[in-house]
Amino acid sequence: MTVLCLVEPDATAGAGLADASLRALALAGRLAESGGESLAAALAGEPTPDQLAALGSAGVTDVHAITSPRLSGYAPAAFGRSIAGLLPVAAPAAIIAAATDHGSEVMAHLGAIIGLDLVANCVEATWSDAGGCALVRYRWAGSLLEDAVLDTSPALLTVATDAPGSAPTVAAGGAPKVHQFEPELADSDLLAEATESAVGGGAVSLATARVVVGGGRGVGGPEGFAPLEELADLLGGVVGVSRVVTSQGWRPHRQQVGQTGTKIAPELYLACGISGAIQHMAGCQAAKHLVAINTDPDAPIMSRADYAVIGDLSQIIPALVAAIRARS
Amino acid sequence: MEILVCVKRVPTVGGKISLTADGQQVDTRMSGFTISPHEECAVEEAVQLTERLGGTVTVLTLGPPEAADQVRDCMALGAGAGVLLEAGDQEWGPMATADAIAWNVARLTEVSGGYDLLLFGNEAADTGDYQVPVRVAHKLGLPCVTGIKHLEVQGTDAGDGQRIRASREYRGQRESFDLPLPAVVSVKEGINLPRYPSLPGRLRAKRAAIERVSPPWHADGVRTLGLRLPDLQQQNARVLGAGTEAVPALLELLDELGVLS
Repeated sequence: MTVLCLVEPDATAGAGLADASLRALALAGRLAESGGESLAAALAGEPTPDQLAALGSAGVTDVHAITSPRLSGYAPAAFGRSIAGLLPVAAPAAIIAAATDHGSEVMAHLGAIIGLDLVANCVEATWSDAGGCALVRYRWAGSLLEDAVLDTSPALLTVATDAPGSAPTVAAGGAPKVHQFEPELADSDLLAEATESAVGGGAVSLATARVVVGGGRGVGGPEGFAPLEELADLLGGVVGVSRVVTSQGWRPHRQQVGQTGTKIAPELYLACGISGAIQHMAGCQAAKHLVAINTDPDAPIMSRADYAVIGDLSQIIPALVAAIRARS
Repeated sequence: MEILVCVKRVPTVGGKISLTADGQQVDTRMSGFTISPHEECAVEEAVQLTERLGGTVTVLTLGPPEAADQVRDCMALGAGAGVLLEAGDQEWGPMATADAIAWNVARLTEVSGGYDLLLFGNEAADTGDYQVPVRVAHKLGLPCVTGIKHLEVQGTDAGDGQRIRASREYRGQRESFDLPLPAVVSVKEGINLPRYPSLPGRLRAKRAAIERVSPPWHADGVRTLGLRLPDLQQQNARVLGAGTEAVPALLELLDELGVLS
Protein backbone atom coordinates (compact mmCIF):
# COMPACT_ATOMS: atom_id res chain seq x y z
CA MET A 1 0.00 0.00 0.00
CA THR A 2 0.94 3.62 -0.31
CA VAL A 3 0.19 7.04 1.16
CA LEU A 4 -0.65 9.59 -1.52
CA CYS A 5 0.11 13.27 -0.89
CA LEU A 6 -1.19 16.05 -3.14
CA VAL A 7 1.41 18.78 -3.52
CA GLU A 8 1.41 22.34 -4.84
CA PRO A 9 4.27 24.26 -6.42
CA ASP A 10 5.91 27.11 -4.56
CA ALA A 11 4.31 30.45 -5.40
CA THR A 12 7.67 31.68 -6.67
CA ALA A 13 8.02 30.54 -10.26
CA GLY A 14 10.80 28.05 -10.90
CA ALA A 15 11.14 27.03 -7.26
CA GLY A 16 10.25 23.72 -5.66
CA LEU A 17 7.22 22.96 -3.53
CA ALA A 18 5.06 25.15 -1.30
CA ASP A 19 6.10 25.17 2.36
CA ALA A 20 2.63 23.88 3.33
CA SER A 21 3.10 20.96 0.92
CA LEU A 22 6.45 20.08 2.49
CA ARG A 23 4.75 19.95 5.89
CA ALA A 24 1.98 17.76 4.46
CA LEU A 25 4.63 15.48 2.94
CA ALA A 26 6.36 15.25 6.32
CA LEU A 27 3.13 14.08 7.98
CA ALA A 28 2.36 11.75 5.06
CA GLY A 29 5.88 10.31 5.37
CA ARG A 30 5.46 9.69 9.10
CA LEU A 31 2.09 7.98 8.47
CA ALA A 32 3.57 5.80 5.69
CA GLU A 33 6.46 4.85 7.95
CA SER A 34 4.07 3.79 10.73
CA GLY A 35 2.39 1.36 8.32
CA GLY A 36 5.45 0.27 6.35
CA GLU A 37 3.96 1.91 3.24
CA SER A 38 5.51 3.75 0.35
CA LEU A 39 4.97 7.45 -0.24
CA ALA A 40 3.54 8.76 -3.52
CA ALA A 41 2.67 12.29 -4.62
CA ALA A 42 0.25 13.80 -7.11
CA LEU A 43 0.40 17.25 -8.66
CA ALA A 44 -1.20 19.24 -11.44
CA GLY A 45 1.00 19.39 -14.53
CA GLU A 46 4.55 18.24 -15.12
CA PRO A 47 6.90 18.35 -12.12
CA THR A 48 9.98 20.57 -12.50
CA PRO A 49 13.45 19.17 -11.69
CA ASP A 50 13.43 21.18 -8.43
CA GLN A 51 10.09 19.70 -7.47
CA LEU A 52 11.26 16.17 -8.26
CA ALA A 53 14.33 16.71 -6.11
CA ALA A 54 12.19 18.00 -3.23
CA LEU A 55 9.82 15.04 -3.59
CA GLY A 56 12.71 12.57 -3.72
CA SER A 57 14.30 13.91 -0.58
CA ALA A 58 10.94 13.72 1.21
CA GLY A 59 10.94 9.98 0.47
CA VAL A 60 8.48 10.00 -2.44
CA THR A 61 9.02 7.07 -4.83
CA ASP A 62 6.18 7.67 -7.30
CA VAL A 63 4.79 10.91 -8.70
CA HIS A 64 1.49 11.13 -10.56
CA ALA A 65 1.48 14.08 -12.95
CA ILE A 66 -2.13 15.05 -13.70
CA THR A 67 -2.66 16.67 -17.06
CA SER A 68 -5.76 17.16 -19.18
CA PRO A 69 -6.35 19.03 -22.43
CA ARG A 70 -9.68 20.09 -20.91
CA LEU A 71 -8.03 21.96 -18.03
CA SER A 72 -6.65 25.42 -18.69
CA GLY A 73 -6.64 26.67 -15.09
CA TYR A 74 -7.33 25.61 -11.58
CA ALA A 75 -10.74 23.91 -11.32
CA PRO A 76 -11.46 22.55 -7.82
CA ALA A 77 -14.12 19.96 -8.73
CA ALA A 78 -12.03 18.72 -11.68
CA PHE A 79 -9.01 18.18 -9.41
CA GLY A 80 -11.18 16.31 -6.91
CA ARG A 81 -12.47 14.17 -9.81
CA SER A 82 -8.90 13.59 -11.02
CA ILE A 83 -7.76 12.26 -7.66
CA ALA A 84 -10.85 10.04 -7.49
CA GLY A 85 -9.86 8.69 -10.93
CA LEU A 86 -6.33 8.05 -9.70
CA LEU A 87 -7.48 5.80 -6.84
CA PRO A 88 -7.62 2.52 -8.82
CA VAL A 89 -4.14 3.30 -10.21
CA ALA A 90 -2.40 4.41 -6.99
CA ALA A 91 -4.46 2.30 -4.52
CA PRO A 92 -3.63 4.55 -1.54
CA ALA A 93 -4.39 3.73 2.10
CA ALA A 94 -4.54 7.48 2.78
CA ILE A 95 -4.79 10.66 0.73
CA ILE A 96 -3.30 13.78 2.23
CA ALA A 97 -3.05 17.45 1.20
CA ALA A 98 -1.96 20.68 2.85
CA ALA A 99 -4.91 22.62 4.28
CA THR A 100 -4.35 25.53 1.92
CA ASP A 101 -7.37 27.09 0.17
CA HIS A 102 -6.71 24.80 -2.80
CA GLY A 103 -5.85 21.70 -0.80
CA SER A 104 -8.89 22.04 1.48
CA GLU A 105 -11.36 22.47 -1.35
CA VAL A 106 -9.89 19.77 -3.61
CA MET A 107 -10.02 17.30 -0.72
CA ALA A 108 -13.62 18.35 0.07
CA HIS A 109 -14.58 17.67 -3.56
CA LEU A 110 -12.79 14.32 -3.43
CA GLY A 111 -14.58 13.39 -0.19
CA ALA A 112 -17.94 14.37 -1.69
CA ILE A 113 -17.28 12.47 -4.94
CA ILE A 114 -16.20 9.22 -3.31
CA GLY A 115 -18.54 9.64 -0.31
CA LEU A 116 -15.90 9.39 2.42
CA ASP A 117 -15.10 11.39 5.53
CA LEU A 118 -12.39 14.04 5.46
CA VAL A 119 -10.56 15.20 8.58
CA ALA A 120 -9.24 18.75 8.28
CA ASN A 121 -6.17 20.43 9.79
CA CYS A 122 -4.34 17.41 11.18
CA VAL A 123 -0.95 17.79 12.84
CA GLU A 124 -0.24 14.11 13.56
CA ALA A 125 -1.39 10.83 12.03
CA THR A 126 -0.38 7.20 12.61
CA TRP A 127 -2.00 3.86 11.82
CA SER A 128 -3.55 2.58 15.01
CA ASP A 129 -2.91 -1.00 16.18
CA ALA A 130 -6.64 -1.20 16.90
CA GLY A 131 -7.40 -0.30 13.29
CA GLY A 132 -8.06 3.06 11.67
CA CYS A 133 -5.96 6.17 11.54
CA ALA A 134 -5.18 7.86 14.87
CA LEU A 135 -5.16 11.62 14.42
CA VAL A 136 -4.47 14.85 16.20
CA ARG A 137 -6.19 17.80 14.57
CA TYR A 138 -6.74 21.48 15.18
CA ARG A 139 -9.91 22.93 16.53
CA TRP A 140 -10.32 26.69 16.87
CA ALA A 141 -7.40 27.11 14.44
CA GLY A 142 -5.00 25.39 16.82
CA SER A 143 -6.19 26.88 20.13
CA LEU A 144 -7.50 23.39 20.92
CA LEU A 145 -6.39 19.93 19.82
CA GLU A 146 -8.72 17.01 19.10
CA ASP A 147 -7.64 13.38 19.37
CA ALA A 148 -9.67 11.26 16.97
CA VAL A 149 -9.74 8.01 15.04
CA LEU A 150 -10.78 7.85 11.40
CA ASP A 151 -12.19 4.45 10.46
CA THR A 152 -12.81 4.83 6.73
CA SER A 153 -10.48 3.73 3.93
CA PRO A 154 -8.79 5.39 2.21
CA ALA A 155 -8.29 7.93 5.01
CA LEU A 156 -8.69 11.50 3.73
CA LEU A 157 -6.78 14.17 5.66
CA THR A 158 -5.65 17.74 5.29
CA VAL A 159 -2.59 18.95 7.20
CA ALA A 160 -2.46 22.29 9.05
CA THR A 161 -0.30 24.72 7.11
CA ASP A 162 1.79 25.33 10.24
CA ALA A 163 2.03 21.66 11.26
CA PRO A 164 5.49 20.54 12.36
CA GLY A 165 7.47 19.72 9.23
CA SER A 166 10.19 17.53 10.66
CA ALA A 167 13.04 16.41 8.43
CA PRO A 168 12.33 13.66 5.90
CA THR A 169 12.32 10.22 7.45
CA VAL A 170 13.80 8.57 4.36
CA ALA A 171 17.29 9.28 3.10
CA ALA A 172 17.31 10.73 -0.41
CA GLY A 173 16.72 7.66 -2.52
CA GLY A 174 17.11 9.00 -6.00
CA ALA A 175 14.59 10.59 -8.32
CA PRO A 176 10.99 9.41 -8.03
CA LYS A 177 9.35 7.69 -10.96
CA VAL A 178 6.90 9.94 -12.83
CA HIS A 179 3.59 8.49 -14.05
CA GLN A 180 1.38 10.47 -16.41
CA PHE A 181 -2.31 10.52 -15.55
CA GLU A 182 -5.05 11.97 -17.74
CA PRO A 183 -8.35 12.06 -15.82
CA GLU A 184 -11.81 11.62 -17.27
CA LEU A 185 -13.71 14.82 -16.52
CA ALA A 186 -17.40 15.64 -16.79
CA ASP A 187 -18.61 19.02 -18.08
CA SER A 188 -19.99 19.77 -14.61
CA ASP A 189 -16.47 19.41 -13.15
CA LEU A 190 -15.40 22.40 -15.23
CA LEU A 191 -18.22 24.83 -14.31
CA ALA A 192 -15.98 26.46 -11.71
CA GLU A 193 -12.60 27.12 -13.31
CA ALA A 194 -10.35 29.95 -12.16
CA THR A 195 -9.02 32.71 -14.37
CA GLU A 196 -5.85 34.04 -12.81
CA SER A 197 -4.70 37.63 -12.84
CA ALA A 198 -1.94 39.46 -11.01
CA VAL A 199 -2.80 41.34 -7.86
CA GLY A 200 -1.26 44.79 -7.72
CA GLY A 201 1.12 45.51 -4.93
CA GLY A 202 4.77 44.96 -4.32
CA ALA A 203 4.44 46.15 -0.72
CA VAL A 204 5.81 43.97 2.07
CA SER A 205 3.28 41.20 2.67
CA LEU A 206 1.83 40.71 6.14
CA ALA A 207 2.28 36.93 5.92
CA THR A 208 6.01 37.14 5.22
CA ALA A 209 6.98 40.42 6.98
CA ARG A 210 10.01 40.24 9.27
CA VAL A 211 8.48 42.79 11.64
CA VAL A 212 4.80 43.32 12.34
CA VAL A 213 3.55 46.22 14.46
CA GLY A 214 0.10 45.21 15.69
CA GLY A 215 -2.69 47.54 16.73
CA GLY A 216 -5.85 46.59 18.61
CA ARG A 217 -8.76 48.21 20.38
CA GLY A 218 -6.30 50.19 22.50
CA VAL A 219 -5.27 52.26 19.47
CA GLY A 220 -8.61 54.00 20.02
CA GLY A 221 -9.62 54.89 16.47
CA PRO A 222 -8.54 55.16 12.85
CA GLU A 223 -6.39 58.25 13.49
CA GLY A 224 -4.35 56.38 16.11
CA PHE A 225 -2.58 54.23 13.51
CA ALA A 226 -0.25 56.91 12.09
CA PRO A 227 2.47 56.39 14.75
CA LEU A 228 2.21 52.60 14.31
CA GLU A 229 2.67 52.99 10.54
CA GLU A 230 5.66 55.24 11.14
CA LEU A 231 7.24 52.70 13.52
CA ALA A 232 6.58 49.83 11.10
CA ASP A 233 8.27 51.83 8.30
CA LEU A 234 11.31 52.50 10.47
CA LEU A 235 11.62 48.78 11.27
CA GLY A 236 11.08 47.67 7.66
CA GLY A 237 7.82 46.02 8.66
CA VAL A 238 4.09 46.37 8.25
CA VAL A 239 1.07 47.10 10.43
CA GLY A 240 -1.26 44.26 11.40
CA VAL A 241 -4.47 44.65 13.36
CA SER A 242 -6.89 42.67 15.51
CA ARG A 243 -10.43 41.76 14.47
CA VAL A 244 -12.10 44.52 16.47
CA VAL A 245 -10.15 47.08 14.45
CA THR A 246 -11.45 45.81 11.12
CA SER A 247 -15.00 45.18 12.33
CA GLN A 248 -15.08 48.81 13.55
CA GLY A 249 -13.97 49.82 10.07
CA TRP A 250 -10.81 51.54 11.40
CA ARG A 251 -8.53 49.56 9.06
CA PRO A 252 -9.11 47.30 6.04
CA HIS A 253 -9.52 43.56 6.55
CA ARG A 254 -6.35 42.72 4.60
CA GLN A 255 -4.38 43.96 7.63
CA GLN A 256 -6.14 41.59 10.04
CA VAL A 257 -4.02 39.04 11.89
CA GLY A 258 -5.82 36.00 13.26
CA GLN A 259 -7.98 32.95 12.69
CA THR A 260 -10.11 34.69 10.04
CA GLY A 261 -7.36 36.98 8.80
CA THR A 262 -3.70 36.42 7.95
CA LYS A 263 -1.36 34.09 9.84
CA ILE A 264 1.98 35.80 10.45
CA ALA A 265 5.42 34.43 11.33
CA PRO A 266 7.68 37.46 11.87
CA GLU A 267 10.95 37.72 13.78
CA LEU A 268 9.24 40.38 15.94
CA TYR A 269 5.56 40.99 16.63
CA LEU A 270 5.05 44.20 18.59
CA ALA A 271 1.41 43.96 19.72
CA CYS A 272 0.07 47.35 20.84
CA GLY A 273 -3.25 47.64 22.65
CA ILE A 274 -4.18 44.04 21.82
CA SER A 275 -5.72 41.99 24.66
CA GLY A 276 -4.94 38.62 23.08
CA ALA A 277 -8.19 36.82 22.24
CA ILE A 278 -7.50 33.24 21.16
CA GLN A 279 -8.66 34.00 17.61
CA HIS A 280 -5.93 36.63 17.37
CA MET A 281 -3.25 34.48 19.00
CA ALA A 282 -4.01 31.67 16.50
CA GLY A 283 -2.73 34.04 13.82
CA CYS A 284 0.52 35.10 15.52
CA GLN A 285 1.69 32.00 17.41
CA ALA A 286 4.50 31.52 14.88
CA ALA A 287 6.06 34.91 15.76
CA LYS A 288 9.62 34.34 17.08
CA HIS A 289 9.48 37.20 19.57
CA LEU A 290 6.31 38.75 20.94
CA VAL A 291 6.41 42.11 22.69
CA ALA A 292 3.16 43.45 24.15
CA ILE A 293 2.43 47.07 24.93
CA ASN A 294 -0.71 47.31 27.00
CA THR A 295 -2.21 49.36 29.82
CA ASP A 296 -3.54 46.18 31.44
CA PRO A 297 -0.84 44.02 33.06
CA ASP A 298 -3.40 41.21 33.38
CA ALA A 299 -4.43 41.09 29.72
CA PRO A 300 -4.39 37.51 28.32
CA ILE A 301 -1.60 38.46 25.89
CA MET A 302 0.79 38.89 28.86
CA SER A 303 0.89 35.12 29.39
CA ARG A 304 1.96 34.63 25.76
CA ALA A 305 4.34 37.57 25.30
CA ASP A 306 8.09 37.34 25.77
CA TYR A 307 8.38 40.99 26.81
CA ALA A 308 5.92 43.61 27.92
CA VAL A 309 5.71 47.34 28.44
CA ILE A 310 2.87 48.46 30.66
CA GLY A 311 1.43 51.77 29.60
CA ASP A 312 -0.34 53.93 27.06
CA LEU A 313 0.73 53.14 23.51
CA SER A 314 -0.23 56.64 22.34
CA GLN A 315 2.71 57.95 24.41
CA ILE A 316 5.09 55.01 24.15
CA ILE A 317 5.04 54.55 20.36
CA PRO A 318 5.78 58.20 19.44
CA ALA A 319 8.57 58.21 22.07
CA LEU A 320 10.01 55.01 20.59
CA VAL A 321 9.83 56.48 17.07
CA ALA A 322 11.64 59.60 18.27
CA ALA A 323 14.29 57.47 19.99
CA ILE A 324 14.92 55.41 16.85
CA ARG A 325 15.16 58.57 14.74
CA ALA A 326 17.56 60.17 17.23
CA ARG A 327 19.75 57.09 17.06
CA SER A 328 20.34 57.17 13.31
CA MET B 1 -33.22 36.48 -5.80
CA GLU B 2 -33.78 33.67 -3.29
CA ILE B 3 -30.77 33.10 -1.05
CA LEU B 4 -30.18 30.50 1.64
CA VAL B 5 -27.46 31.28 4.21
CA CYS B 6 -26.26 28.43 6.42
CA VAL B 7 -24.79 29.29 9.82
CA LYS B 8 -23.56 27.37 12.87
CA ARG B 9 -23.96 28.14 16.56
CA VAL B 10 -20.51 28.28 18.20
CA PRO B 11 -19.33 29.40 21.66
CA THR B 12 -18.17 32.99 22.03
CA VAL B 13 -14.52 32.56 22.95
CA GLY B 14 -12.36 35.43 24.16
CA GLY B 15 -9.00 35.41 25.89
CA LYS B 16 -9.18 31.86 27.19
CA ILE B 17 -10.74 28.60 26.15
CA SER B 18 -11.67 26.02 28.80
CA LEU B 19 -12.88 22.47 28.53
CA THR B 20 -15.53 20.50 30.36
CA ALA B 21 -14.19 18.09 33.02
CA ASP B 22 -14.58 15.08 30.68
CA GLY B 23 -12.53 16.85 27.98
CA GLN B 24 -15.23 16.31 25.38
CA GLN B 25 -16.42 19.87 24.84
CA VAL B 26 -15.64 23.54 25.24
CA ASP B 27 -16.98 24.71 28.60
CA THR B 28 -19.69 27.22 27.73
CA ARG B 29 -21.00 27.91 31.23
CA MET B 30 -19.28 31.31 31.27
CA SER B 31 -19.65 32.21 27.59
CA GLY B 32 -22.40 33.05 25.21
CA PHE B 33 -22.97 31.79 21.70
CA THR B 34 -22.58 33.38 18.31
CA ILE B 35 -21.93 32.44 14.68
CA SER B 36 -18.53 32.39 13.00
CA PRO B 37 -17.03 35.60 11.54
CA HIS B 38 -17.10 34.26 7.95
CA GLU B 39 -20.80 33.48 8.41
CA GLU B 40 -21.59 36.99 9.64
CA CYS B 41 -20.21 38.13 6.30
CA ALA B 42 -22.28 35.54 4.41
CA VAL B 43 -25.44 36.94 6.04
CA GLU B 44 -24.39 40.52 5.22
CA GLU B 45 -23.61 39.61 1.61
CA ALA B 46 -27.00 37.93 1.20
CA VAL B 47 -28.85 40.89 2.70
CA GLN B 48 -26.98 43.34 0.46
CA LEU B 49 -27.76 41.25 -2.64
CA THR B 50 -31.50 41.12 -1.90
CA GLU B 51 -31.53 44.84 -1.08
CA ARG B 52 -30.17 45.43 -4.58
CA LEU B 53 -31.93 42.70 -6.54
CA GLY B 54 -35.04 41.91 -4.52
CA GLY B 55 -35.93 38.50 -3.10
CA THR B 56 -35.59 36.90 0.30
CA VAL B 57 -32.81 35.70 2.54
CA THR B 58 -33.52 32.52 4.49
CA VAL B 59 -31.18 31.61 7.35
CA LEU B 60 -30.72 27.96 8.23
CA THR B 61 -28.91 26.31 11.08
CA LEU B 62 -28.54 22.77 12.40
CA GLY B 63 -28.35 22.65 16.16
CA PRO B 64 -30.07 22.46 19.54
CA PRO B 65 -33.34 24.34 20.19
CA GLU B 66 -31.28 27.28 21.55
CA ALA B 67 -29.71 27.76 18.10
CA ALA B 68 -32.96 29.60 17.26
CA ASP B 69 -31.20 32.56 18.99
CA GLN B 70 -28.56 32.64 16.26
CA VAL B 71 -31.23 32.39 13.55
CA ARG B 72 -32.99 35.38 15.14
CA ASP B 73 -29.71 37.31 15.33
CA CYS B 74 -29.39 36.84 11.55
CA MET B 75 -33.03 37.81 11.01
CA ALA B 76 -32.39 41.02 12.94
CA LEU B 77 -29.78 41.84 10.28
CA GLY B 78 -32.30 41.51 7.45
CA ALA B 79 -32.91 37.82 6.76
CA GLY B 80 -36.62 37.31 6.13
CA ALA B 81 -37.08 33.66 7.07
CA GLY B 82 -35.46 31.18 9.44
CA VAL B 83 -35.14 27.40 9.56
CA LEU B 84 -33.85 25.33 12.47
CA LEU B 85 -32.83 21.78 11.65
CA GLU B 86 -33.17 20.06 15.00
CA ALA B 87 -30.02 18.16 15.88
CA GLY B 88 -31.51 16.11 18.72
CA ASP B 89 -28.97 14.25 20.86
CA GLN B 90 -26.82 13.09 17.96
CA GLU B 91 -23.28 14.13 17.04
CA TRP B 92 -23.41 15.66 13.57
CA GLY B 93 -20.26 15.32 11.52
CA PRO B 94 -19.69 17.37 8.38
CA MET B 95 -21.12 14.66 6.08
CA ALA B 96 -24.34 14.27 8.06
CA THR B 97 -24.62 18.07 8.34
CA ALA B 98 -24.22 18.53 4.59
CA ASP B 99 -26.73 15.76 3.90
CA ALA B 100 -29.26 17.38 6.25
CA ILE B 101 -28.86 20.78 4.56
CA ALA B 102 -29.15 19.26 1.06
CA TRP B 103 -32.16 17.22 2.22
CA ASN B 104 -33.87 20.38 3.43
CA VAL B 105 -33.03 22.35 0.27
CA ALA B 106 -34.48 19.55 -1.86
CA ARG B 107 -37.59 19.48 0.35
CA LEU B 108 -38.08 23.26 0.10
CA THR B 109 -37.39 23.25 -3.63
CA GLU B 110 -40.45 21.03 -4.07
CA VAL B 111 -42.56 23.30 -1.86
CA SER B 112 -41.45 26.75 -2.98
CA GLY B 113 -39.12 26.67 -5.97
CA GLY B 114 -35.74 26.58 -4.27
CA TYR B 115 -32.84 28.99 -4.09
CA ASP B 116 -30.70 30.86 -6.60
CA LEU B 117 -27.73 31.01 -4.27
CA LEU B 118 -26.58 29.04 -1.23
CA LEU B 119 -24.12 31.01 0.91
CA PHE B 120 -21.87 29.65 3.65
CA GLY B 121 -18.93 30.83 5.71
CA ASN B 122 -15.67 29.30 4.49
CA GLU B 123 -15.26 27.26 7.68
CA ALA B 124 -16.76 27.19 11.15
CA ALA B 125 -14.68 28.79 13.91
CA ASP B 126 -14.82 25.74 16.17
CA THR B 127 -14.41 22.58 14.09
CA GLY B 128 -12.97 24.19 10.94
CA ASP B 129 -13.98 21.25 8.74
CA TYR B 130 -13.74 23.16 5.41
CA GLN B 131 -16.12 20.86 3.55
CA VAL B 132 -19.84 21.29 4.28
CA PRO B 133 -20.54 23.73 1.38
CA VAL B 134 -18.71 21.52 -1.14
CA ARG B 135 -20.57 18.41 0.02
CA VAL B 136 -23.93 20.23 -0.18
CA ALA B 137 -23.08 21.33 -3.74
CA HIS B 138 -22.30 17.76 -4.81
CA LYS B 139 -25.50 16.42 -3.21
CA LEU B 140 -27.55 18.99 -5.11
CA GLY B 141 -25.53 18.81 -8.33
CA LEU B 142 -24.56 22.51 -8.16
CA PRO B 143 -21.26 24.26 -8.95
CA CYS B 144 -19.32 25.52 -5.92
CA VAL B 145 -16.54 27.95 -5.10
CA THR B 146 -15.05 28.56 -1.65
CA GLY B 147 -13.08 31.25 0.17
CA ILE B 148 -14.68 34.05 -1.86
CA LYS B 149 -13.76 37.67 -1.05
CA HIS B 150 -15.66 39.43 -3.86
CA LEU B 151 -19.04 38.52 -5.34
CA GLU B 152 -21.06 40.09 -8.13
CA VAL B 153 -24.35 38.96 -9.64
CA GLN B 154 -24.62 39.56 -13.37
CA GLY B 155 -28.07 39.99 -14.88
CA THR B 156 -31.09 41.15 -12.92
CA ASP B 157 -33.63 38.49 -13.81
CA ALA B 158 -33.66 35.51 -11.51
CA GLY B 159 -33.71 32.21 -13.29
CA ASP B 160 -32.24 31.56 -16.71
CA GLY B 161 -29.07 33.36 -17.61
CA GLN B 162 -28.22 34.90 -14.26
CA ARG B 163 -24.59 34.30 -13.34
CA ILE B 164 -22.15 35.20 -10.62
CA ARG B 165 -18.60 36.40 -10.77
CA ALA B 166 -16.71 35.42 -7.65
CA SER B 167 -13.08 36.04 -6.83
CA ARG B 168 -10.48 35.51 -4.15
CA GLU B 169 -6.75 35.92 -3.74
CA TYR B 170 -4.50 32.92 -3.54
CA ARG B 171 -0.74 33.24 -3.08
CA GLY B 172 -0.44 36.59 -4.81
CA GLN B 173 -2.83 35.83 -7.69
CA ARG B 174 -6.45 36.82 -8.08
CA GLU B 175 -8.60 33.81 -9.01
CA SER B 176 -11.91 34.70 -10.66
CA PHE B 177 -14.75 32.28 -11.27
CA ASP B 178 -17.73 32.80 -13.54
CA LEU B 179 -20.58 30.50 -12.53
CA PRO B 180 -24.17 29.86 -13.59
CA LEU B 181 -26.84 30.02 -10.88
CA PRO B 182 -27.97 28.24 -8.83
CA ALA B 183 -24.60 27.81 -7.14
CA VAL B 184 -23.01 27.25 -3.74
CA VAL B 185 -20.53 29.89 -2.54
CA SER B 186 -18.58 30.06 0.71
CA VAL B 187 -17.21 33.46 1.69
CA LYS B 188 -14.44 34.74 3.91
CA GLU B 189 -14.38 37.64 6.31
CA GLY B 190 -13.34 40.80 4.51
CA ILE B 191 -15.84 40.39 1.64
CA ASN B 192 -17.87 43.13 3.38
CA LEU B 193 -18.23 44.90 6.70
CA PRO B 194 -21.26 43.39 8.49
CA ARG B 195 -23.82 45.86 9.81
CA TYR B 196 -25.10 46.01 13.36
CA PRO B 197 -28.72 45.02 13.95
CA SER B 198 -31.24 47.85 14.10
CA LEU B 199 -33.81 48.09 16.88
CA PRO B 200 -36.77 47.50 14.48
CA GLY B 201 -34.81 44.56 13.06
CA ARG B 202 -34.39 43.07 16.52
CA LEU B 203 -38.07 43.49 17.34
CA ARG B 204 -39.11 41.94 14.02
CA ALA B 205 -36.76 39.00 14.57
CA LYS B 206 -38.02 38.44 18.09
CA ARG B 207 -41.57 37.89 16.82
CA ALA B 208 -40.65 36.01 13.63
CA ALA B 209 -41.72 32.41 13.17
CA ILE B 210 -38.88 29.91 12.76
CA GLU B 211 -39.59 26.71 10.93
CA ARG B 212 -38.39 23.64 12.85
CA VAL B 213 -37.65 20.41 11.02
CA SER B 214 -36.01 17.12 12.04
CA PRO B 215 -33.69 15.91 9.29
CA PRO B 216 -32.44 12.32 8.97
CA TRP B 217 -29.17 11.64 10.80
CA HIS B 218 -26.32 9.25 10.08
CA ALA B 219 -23.04 8.51 11.84
CA ASP B 220 -19.74 9.44 10.24
CA GLY B 221 -16.39 7.65 10.24
CA VAL B 222 -14.60 9.97 12.66
CA ARG B 223 -14.60 9.13 16.37
CA THR B 224 -13.55 12.00 18.62
CA LEU B 225 -11.66 10.67 21.63
CA GLY B 226 -11.33 14.01 23.37
CA LEU B 227 -10.15 17.60 23.27
CA ARG B 228 -7.11 19.07 24.97
CA LEU B 229 -5.25 22.34 25.21
CA PRO B 230 -1.95 22.51 23.33
CA ASP B 231 1.26 22.90 25.34
CA LEU B 232 1.71 26.57 24.62
CA GLN B 233 4.41 28.00 26.74
CA GLN B 234 2.34 29.84 29.30
CA GLN B 235 4.77 32.36 30.62
CA ASN B 236 4.94 35.65 32.33
CA ALA B 237 6.19 38.32 29.99
CA ARG B 238 9.40 39.98 31.11
CA VAL B 239 8.26 43.51 31.90
CA LEU B 240 10.65 46.05 30.40
CA GLY B 241 9.08 48.91 32.29
CA ALA B 242 6.10 51.21 32.45
CA GLY B 243 5.19 54.08 30.15
CA THR B 244 7.79 56.05 28.19
CA GLU B 245 10.43 55.18 30.79
CA ALA B 246 10.56 51.76 29.16
CA VAL B 247 11.60 53.20 25.79
CA PRO B 248 15.39 52.80 26.27
CA ALA B 249 14.95 49.14 27.26
CA LEU B 250 12.62 48.61 24.32
CA LEU B 251 15.12 50.23 21.97
CA GLU B 252 17.88 47.99 23.32
CA LEU B 253 15.66 44.92 22.74
CA LEU B 254 14.93 45.93 19.13
CA ASP B 255 18.67 46.34 18.61
CA GLU B 256 19.35 42.88 20.09
CA LEU B 257 16.73 41.33 17.79
CA GLY B 258 18.45 42.98 14.84
CA VAL B 259 15.38 44.79 13.55
CA LEU B 260 16.87 48.29 13.67
CA SER B 261 18.30 48.99 10.27
